[in-house]
Amino acid sequence: MQLTSRLLVAAAKIVSGYTVRWKDSTPDTCQRIYFANHTSHLDGLVLWAGLPQEIRQLTRPVAAKDYWEKGWIRRHVANAFNALLIDRREVKVHRSPVDLMIREMEDKYSLIIFPEGSRNNKEEMNKFKSGLYYLAKKRPDLELVPVYLDNMNRILPRGEVLPVPLLSNITIGAPIWLEQGETKQQFLSRAREAVIRLRDDEE
Amino acid sequence: MPQIMLPPFLVGFLEETADFVLPFEEHTAWLIAAVMVLLIIGSFIGKLLERSSEERFNSAIVRSFNQRIRSWWLICAILIAGLVIGKTGTVVLFGLIAFWALREFITMTPTRRGDHRALFWVLVIFTPLQFVLVGINDDSQLFKVILPLLAALFVPTRIALANDQKRYLERSAKILIGILICVYALSFAPALLYLELKTTVDGTKEIWNEGNNKEKGLLFFFVLITQLNDVLQFGWGKLIGRNVIADRINTSRTLEGVIGAAASSALLGALFFWVTPFAFWQAAIIAVVISICGFAGGITMSAIKRDRGVKDFGTLIQGHAGILDRIDSLCFAAPVFYLVTEFFFT
Repeated sequence: MQLTSRLLVAAAKIVSGYTVRWKDSTPDTCQRIYFANHTSHLDGLVLWAGLPQEIRQLTRPVAAKDYWEKGWIRRHVANAFNALLIDRREVKVHRSPVDLMIREMEDKYSLIIFPEGSRNNKEEMNKFKSGLYYLAKKRPDLELVPVYLDNMNRILPRGEVLPVPLLSNITIGAPIWLEQGETKQQFLSRAREAVIRLRDDEE
Repeated sequence: MPQIMLPPFLVGFLEETADFVLPFEEHTAWLIAAVMVLLIIGSFIGKLLERSSEERFNSAIVRSFNQRIRSWWLICAILIAGLVIGKTGTVVLFGLIAFWALREFITMTPTRRGDHRALFWVLVIFTPLQFVLVGINDDSQLFKVILPLLAALFVPTRIALANDQKRYLERSAKILIGILICVYALSFAPALLYLELKTTVDGTKEIWNEGNNKEKGLLFFFVLITQLNDVLQFGWGKLIGRNVIADRINTSRTLEGVIGAAASSALLGALFFWVTPFAFWQAAIIAVVISICGFAGGITMSAIKRDRGVKDFGTLIQGHAGILDRIDSLCFAAPVFYLVTEFFFT
């Protein structure tokens, strides 16, 4: 398992040539939710690989069960980066993904989530789904860290199988929290703005 | 200071092979030693400047000087490592450099979703293929013709098949220029190692580099002159530069810089003629040719960067050195140097 993990990190580095930039934040092993824009299947893997090793070991990307449970290789890979698989089709009230995430996080893991829901192939980011809000509400102690992944959609766009090994950027911003009296809509659009600001800073 | 650390098994291997021969011809070894001494002095001066920079010197210039020295150490280490491994090693190293340069180039130029498959072919298949062909060195010298054809015929076809007509010509041209400059042109540098060169001694032609590794010296000479010329152009431009050649493209390239660099490169070329098959005056002329090509490479890359609105390829992706910034002159000079050498000395 350790070997597969190392290979995955190396492969992610070679294929996406990422550079990590911590902007107004520092690596920390405290419990966090990293939330990022989503344009490629590689997103979760690359962001996970881009974290320093001691943090990576405590961080689990949340990924779609229907995709990652198909076939032996994908299952093995998902296992190696300790993915938390969520069933997108069977969301029920008593088994909501948010509860599952909170349960699986225990008191040591951090998560990587993509609040747009599914991969986006437009220029603008989609609206955020409400999961991030409920996570923030149920676990107010978590640091919610915005991340902007640049160029991933060119490396492996939606609907392609083979990646083109270009270069990419991971920008990790300052944490946000749910403010007193903030509504769901307000919070979600503020979180989305935080990611967009990281993109605009880069340019 | 990077130093070459040999793994234990290699040391053992070297000790066992009693009749171990230096992988370089004697002249080349001297040239490399000279460059090393210069670099050590340079690093030393850099350290001194760093300490006293607060009061007397502009710290930005000191920093850029030290950066340059560091990247020279790297270039030197890479080149020597490749040459020690052998011809194939050098070809592989240049292949990796070309791959990285092309990836910087494509990252900087916007492409559309429809270019994805074409880009895959270019980066993952054609780039390695070119260097494999250089290494195979077959009689018909396929490496000289295949890649431009693929770039001109295959790439536009593949993009057309993606069924997206928007800015079609522009997209094809971007990829084409990327391949030709970063991969095709650069591949002529390691191809130098496969030339069978002849010199004329007393009216009769003699083979110059038969089994004596002299061609490694020629490659080293070429890279050295190209890199020194970059600095000379910058230095002369700063010192006496008045007439900017194309102010909307690059404000630091001046006529005086180009002429000064060409003249001093000629001197350097003549100074190092003994590692090449050239007579000293021939070495001087060829150094001028390298100098002019180096300028062409620099100004072309500046134009591309200005068009894209980036300062250099290094700032594009934070933390990366920006390989393309370092090798633009090498890319332009390599095919010309190769063809001139091949035409007159084989």
